[in-house]
Amino acid sequence: MTTGCTDICEKIHASALRLARDMGGVQIMEVCGTHTMAIARGGLRTILQPADIRLVSGPGCPVCVTDQSYIDRAVGLARNRPDIIVATYGDMVRVPGRQGSLSEARAVGARVEVVYSIQQALDLARQHADHEVVFLGVGFETTAPGTALAVRDARQEGLRNFSVLTAHKWVLPAMNALLAGGDVKIDAFLCPGHVSVILGYGAYDQIVRDYGRPCVVAGFDPQQVLLGVLEILDELSAGEPRAMTVYPSVSREGNARAREVLDEVFEIVDAPWRALGVIPASGMALRDEWAEFDAERRFDLPAEESYEMPGCRCGDVICGRLHPSECPLFARRCTVRDPVGPCMVSSEGACAAAFKYEMPARKR
Amino acid sequence: MCLAIPAQIETMNEHDRATVVLDGSRTNVVLTLVPEAKIGDWVLVHAGYAITVLDEADALATYDLLRQMDAAATSEAG
Ligand code: SF4
Repeated sequence: MTTGCTDICEKIHASALRLARDMGGVQIMEVCGTHTMAIARGGLRTILQPADIRLVSGPGCPVCVTDQSYIDRAVGLARNRPDIIVATYGDMVRVPGRQGSLSEARAVGARVEVVYSIQQALDLARQHADHEVVFLGVGFETTAPGTALAVRDARQEGLRNFSVLTAHKWVLPAMNALLAGGDVKIDAFLCPGHVSVILGYGAYDQIVRDYGRPCVVAGFDPQQVLLGVLEILDELSAGEPRAMTVYPSVSREGNARAREVLDEVFEIVDAPWRALGVIPASGMALRDEWAEFDAERRFDLPAEESYEMPGCRCGDVICGRLHPSECPLFARRCTVRDPVGPCMVSSEGACAAAFKYEMPARKR
Repeated sequence: MCLAIPAQIETMNEHDRATVVLDGSRTNVVLTLVPEAKIGDWVLVHAGYAITVLDEADALATYDLLRQMDAAATSEAG
């Protein structure tokens, strides 16, 4: 589909184009898998490009930013321990690692169950008292409170066969790391809608203060993205960068209750990101009080290395350095049907989005 | 993965659980993160958890958008 463009949307295009032309080229980074999809689906790059507005993807797809060492640990658990059921959100199962993907592990007998809520992982633990259920805790601030609450449920209920292998992350440290690195031009951030429901758009004040970049929260459809772009251009042309939202579900304060729950269960730790390396204070690990639910401590997992799949440029893609179509493997060796890296596996990865929506149908 | 969808609370059950209605079908969600939620409220649901209470007009607008996106996705797939 195109954007489903209405009159309002046409106006947005017109003024966005005018503003950007006045200011020269503008590069805006989005940090949200749903934005990645909306931009590709709406054909927004093509719409905005003549005005020299470039939209680039950042580290906003949870599966894509997950370090390979984590994938290998998860696959290792599934393969080597017949007493373990690995429960995971669907996007993780096809990410390839050194020993293949979780779905390949399942094909040779490992128990891997796809769930849409961690509540279902708790159900699995209740139903299979003779198995250990390990939930793969991947995702940002939107998803992590559910994990924290499930861990609390497990304790309250005395569920002893449930644990979490956590790779939950905070988005802001990655945004800061990219700005501090300075090798990618980022004139503004389009901030994630549902992460910001939890954080509140006030959380981005720090970036505005320290780096003078507008931070505008937008919802998940092409029109919202365009509204966000328009707001960014207004702020840039007025020379008044701000943190704000065009998505009405997001408040300045966010969900304080959710952040309390996060703080109760998780501590803030340094964490490895694909391509970005270890970012200080960017990860969530279970606090010592919750150690019995921490799969890492429970199963004494081996340390695994960080690496990229051979030839895959996912790391450059999620740092905004490369558009997927510039990867030599894109649409050749690497397709949605037979993906090489996580950015093509994940339904909201930048490569999958580009493959599905930005290529002529005959080439797919 | 960070997508959340609006749903309306139909009944509130024990332990912060509620039944919500989405497009005519019913599903269970956890309300612990939205202690202020009441029957009839619209909430934004992510992976089985309500993460915020929505203004009804915003909820309906979002809901319409999701349906359009769904329809578009279906017609593209077909
Ligand atoms: S197209 Fe495939 S191989 Fe290239 S960066 Fe994307 S996921 Fe990696």
